Amino acid sequence: MSNDPTHQFLVNKIVPIEIGGIDFSFTNASLFMVATVGAAAGFLYLTTSRRGLIPTRMQSVSEMSYEFIASMLREGAGSHGMKFFPMVFSLFMFILTANLLGMFPYFFTVTSQIIVTFALAVFVIGTVILYGFYKHGLGFLNLFVPHGVPGALLPLVVAIEVISFLSRPISLSVRLFANMLAGHITLKVFAGFVASLSAFGALGIGGAVLPLIMTVALTGLEFLVAFLQAYVFAVLTCMYLNDAVHPGSH
Amino acid sequence: MFVTAAYAQQSTNTEGNEAHDAPAAGEVHTETGVAHEGEHGSGVFPPFDSTHFASQVLWLAITFGLFYLLMSKVIIPRIGGILETRHDRIAQDLDEASRLKGEADAAIAAYEQELASAKAKGHSIADTAREAAKTKANAERAAIEADLAKKIVAAETRIANIKSKALADVGAIAEETATAVVKQLIGGTVTKTEIAAAVKASAGN
Repeated sequence: MSNDPTHQFLVNKIVPIEIGGIDFSFTNASLFMVATVGAAAGFLYLTTSRRGLIPTRMQSVSEMSYEFIASMLREGAGSHGMKFFPMVFSLFMFILTANLLGMFPYFFTVTSQIIVTFALAVFVIGTVILYGFYKHGLGFLNLFVPHGVPGALLPLVVAIEVISFLSRPISLSVRLFANMLAGHITLKVFAGFVASLSAFGALGIGGAVLPLIMTVALTGLEFLVAFLQAYVFAVLTCMYLNDAVHPGSH
Repeated sequence: MFVTAAYAQQSTNTEGNEAHDAPAAGEVHTETGVAHEGEHGSGVFPPFDSTHFASQVLWLAITFGLFYLLMSKVIIPRIGGILETRHDRIAQDLDEASRLKGEADAAIAAYEQELASAKAKGHSIADTAREAAKTKANAERAAIEADLAKKIVAAETRIANIKSKALADVGAIAEETATAVVKQLIGGTVTKTEIAAAVKASAGN
């Protein structure tokens, strides 16, 4: 096993598939996407299968995630935004489960791949743009023209708004990707210190205590980050969807 | 899109080692790629390795699409249904509770009213009974008093009769006694009329 901290992000083919000259192989990343979907859907399905009037603990967890996202979306995008509830709920559950699965040693972290987070962000922004134009036509462009700006400043403000809108998919994807990547690398580096220090005999083992404590603390922090990044992604999705539902309201 | 294209080109360069007609930048990457060949299979930082981008996007689309379908068709209606059932049930129970409370309040009010009327009725019955008893007692007392008065009158009459009769007898006895006393004292006889007059005179004193 390599001590290289980036080794864990390596994508390996499991079942090679090639369609039209493009490589669509089933990789370890694909495997963990399947595992993520299986774990998240399986948990939600099994815990709610009793449909208890009085929920069990696990059923409460499913209900709480439902109500958590529902209230987040209602606050973020209003009651008109509730039609996007399946989308925001799926995104949150998928990212959260992928992040948490990545916390298991030797498991692949799906969300540590920039292309995956970028695809999810493009999905969100694409939905915003498509729904915005579908619902409001060219009125959707009011999004880039804030109210009460003096005419002289307007071109500048519009330019800034357009740039900020275009940077959204990048910031949305890079935030999640970089957090997961950096966290896992840091964990690996500190854990690697433990291994290499303990190779230096008794003194080394004594010294290895410090990075070991650090690794334990970082593991706790990473669980927090795993939840927080899924939350941030969902909150920002709600805010962007609000632009699609109510353009020109800010 | 620029980025993706650049990486695609770079990865083909790395894999194919076709450096002869690639630009200079491609060559640099090829060399770094070769240096790490044994370990990674490609020289770039794994998350930026575009070799598997197409496969990742495809599998993400498949898995996330499936997940989205599962959520929107099965899980969300189910959890929504559970929450709605619970909400309805709580509302229904609250309604039922308030209805029962209303019933209990009505029952208490009816009971209070019943109690008050029963109390009033009891009072009136007691009053009537008391009045009746009083009247009856008064009537009886009056009757008894009347009876007693009658008896007293009768007794007084009788006493008077007896008294007068006794007094009349006293006159006769006094006459006889006087006659006898006079006879004893003076040895003479006294006429009856004189005696009677004397007795009458003394009785008159």
